[in-house]
Amino acid sequence: MSAHNSQDLLRRDPRAEWIARNRLHPLHGSVVSADMGEVRGPTGLLRKNPHKVGFIGPNGIKRIDRLKGNAAGAGKGRRSSAAQDIQLPLHQVENPDFYVVVVPDMVGGRLTAHDKDVIGQAHKLITGAEGNGAVLAVCFGQSKEEHFDTAGVDRLLLLEDECYEGYRPEQRLAALVQVESAYKPQFWLFPDSVNGGSDLGSRLAARIGERPAVQAWLVDSDSTVCRGAGGTTDITRSTPRLLMLAEECADPIDETRHEALPVELDSVPAVIAQLQDRGQVAVDPNAISLAEAEFILSAGNGIHNWDQFHSAAAVLGATEGASRVAVDDGFMPRFRQVGATGTWVTARVYLAVGISGAIQHMQGIGQCDKVIAINTDAGCDMVKRAALSVIGDSEAILGELIKLAEDFRAQQSAGGDRDAA
Amino acid sequence: MQPNQFNVDAANKLKIVSLVSVGKHPQSGRMRRADQDSRAVELGLKLTGDNHSGESLVVLHAGDPGEPNLRSYAGMGLKSVRVLQLDPAADAILPLGQHLQQCGADIVLTGVRAESGESSGMVPYQLAEKLGWPIVPRVADIVSVKGGVAEVLQALPRGQRRSVMVKLPFIASVDSAAPEARQSAFGPASRALMDIEVVSASVDDVRQAWEEAAARKRPKRLKVVKAKTAAERFKAATAKSQGDGGKVMKNESAAEQAQAIFDLLKEEGVLR
Ligand SMILES: Cc1cc2nc3c(=O)[nH]c(=O)nc-3n(C[C@H](O)[C@H](O)[C@H](O)COP(=O)(O)OP(=O)(O)OC[C@H]3O[C@@H](n4cnc5c(N)ncnc54)[C@H](O)[C@@H]3O)c2cc1C
Repeated sequence: MSAHNSQDLLRRDPRAEWIARNRLHPLHGSVVSADMGEVRGPTGLLRKNPHKVGFIGPNGIKRIDRLKGNAAGAGKGRRSSAAQDIQLPLHQVENPDFYVVVVPDMVGGRLTAHDKDVIGQAHKLITGAEGNGAVLAVCFGQSKEEHFDTAGVDRLLLLEDECYEGYRPEQRLAALVQVESAYKPQFWLFPDSVNGGSDLGSRLAARIGERPAVQAWLVDSDSTVCRGAGGTTDITRSTPRLLMLAEECADPIDETRHEALPVELDSVPAVIAQLQDRGQVAVDPNAISLAEAEFILSAGNGIHNWDQFHSAAAVLGATEGASRVAVDDGFMPRFRQVGATGTWVTARVYLAVGISGAIQHMQGIGQCDKVIAINTDAGCDMVKRAALSVIGDSEAILGELIKLAEDFRAQQSAGGDRDAA
Repeated sequence: MQPNQFNVDAANKLKIVSLVSVGKHPQSGRMRRADQDSRAVELGLKLTGDNHSGESLVVLHAGDPGEPNLRSYAGMGLKSVRVLQLDPAADAILPLGQHLQQCGADIVLTGVRAESGESSGMVPYQLAEKLGWPIVPRVADIVSVKGGVAEVLQALPRGQRRSVMVKLPFIASVDSAAPEARQSAFGPASRALMDIEVVSASVDDVRQAWEEAAARKRPKRLKVVKAKTAAERFKAATAKSQGDGGKVMKNESAAEQAQAIFDLLKEEGVLR
């Protein structure tokens, strides 16, 4: 043995071998591909070394992994693959040359799908321009959004003060004017929506004297196509500085992660508001069409006390919905049916009581944000879809819920009386 | 809403100007009175208590007075339509602003967006900026005007309404949620007076460079599956879409469960 010189000695690295065998090891990729550089043949063709493909299994037999990392959760439960979060590559902008400002609607404190499209459009405009730009999102009001980074926000200006809460277009406009002078953005992007985007965008356009493109749907840094004449014509024009973008104007960001670095704004002057927000007025929830209702209380075969259900809807201020079974059995009118053969609803909150979650019903609630399920069966499909499920008898839970809501209403009216006095 | 709920006495002294444009039917493309503009006229008629002596409610148009569809606004029960005659290619904001200031309007009503032309909805905003008046967009109703302050109902998405107080004078754009306009009567419409004033305005140069064409159909967004391997594509095509499993409350008492639901409803802001 000692006759061999040190170069001939085969030194094994058991740890590296062990990692090479263990496909699930975090370092597996680096160990296996360490010496797999690109090899080109004499003619310049890319050559693969068949001996380098695969790895040696625990029994010393060569294994080739053709699953490309998909085997990770195969053996285990369904949940594990979903739980495995993929870290998207981080897109960083240090010292941006220019800014593209997006003012999202933030309905309910979260980015809407429309907002995300607009942010996607902002990144498209940045790619089209020279220099490296950053997307600055200016968000008003209390924010509940947690995923600004994956939505594509490079810089984040949160204006959560009391003075922006509610309908305060004038104060918000003052803040935007401040942003205009502080950042001199290359583009201003607003979602052209009824949720406030078009109002704020129009106000800013009038204030800074820009001629905006509205309902813009095909935008690059040179030219813009926007709808005119009530959506019946297409106007092609050079891209203005201020755009109000139609829905699905661009694809949202989904392959990168962004910094979402918080930035600050110098103090915004307080504006003497000429508009005074008196809050929303109570409207009869059942007068709102099911398709556009915001909050639906939906009844299925698991409801046995219908009077209680109706009073629950009344005290919660929810629009009533129903599954097909409830309708077919004659407890609810046909126009209240949710699902494939009923109405496709867009509610933000959908409270499903005693609904099993048949696929025909699930199709109808595909666009709902938060689903809450009350059901006796913990294994049903509705529970899998729901953000919050409570397992128990519908009558008992609705009874408790009515009590809570009544207390809340009583407090509200007491508070209202005090305000009035 | 009962029509007599509105305080007519106070309203009689109000001067309301309703800006109208020529509309285009979205399907047939025929020229007509614009839907939102006619709702604005209807709201103006309601505010002036229907007994307008031709003074309190002014229907104002900037453009070509020969346009026959302008008369259909008069057919809603007005004696005249005031027209600022100018070149169709001219920018109407300046003459409109001057006219509004001169005639001392209290409330100016417009549609949210025109049915022809650029249709950007900027007219009320630019007028408001020029005159320094507040603007209330997307109005569904004006409930009352008392002591120089109006209570306005704004139309929000999902059928909701918001109440806003605003001092006179102000500009409001009228939403499609406002009460529908009454029919236009042909006889009175053709007898109505076109009160023409010739004004001069600068030509809108920016627009000359634009190209206009019939609207192209927009492609529907497809659900693109970004899968790298066949196994992933297979999974995406077959797996039921399920949320990542929310919170499940199994063994708590009904009261606790109801409390959890109640808290979530409050957090989402749907309980108000
Ligand atoms: C062509 C076609 C079209 C259809 N279109 C539609 C459609 O548009 N919309 C639609 O809804 N359906 C539709 N269906 C019917 C659908 O397949 C289901 O039959 C229906 O949705 C089931 O309704 P459900 O969940 O209320 O009833 P069930 O499936 O009977 O579920 C009742 C649920 O209530 C629970 N429950 C029972 N008692 C209680 C209690 N005391 N407290 C709490 N929970 C309780 C049960 O655990 C169960 O999960 C369609 C079917 C077909 C064939």
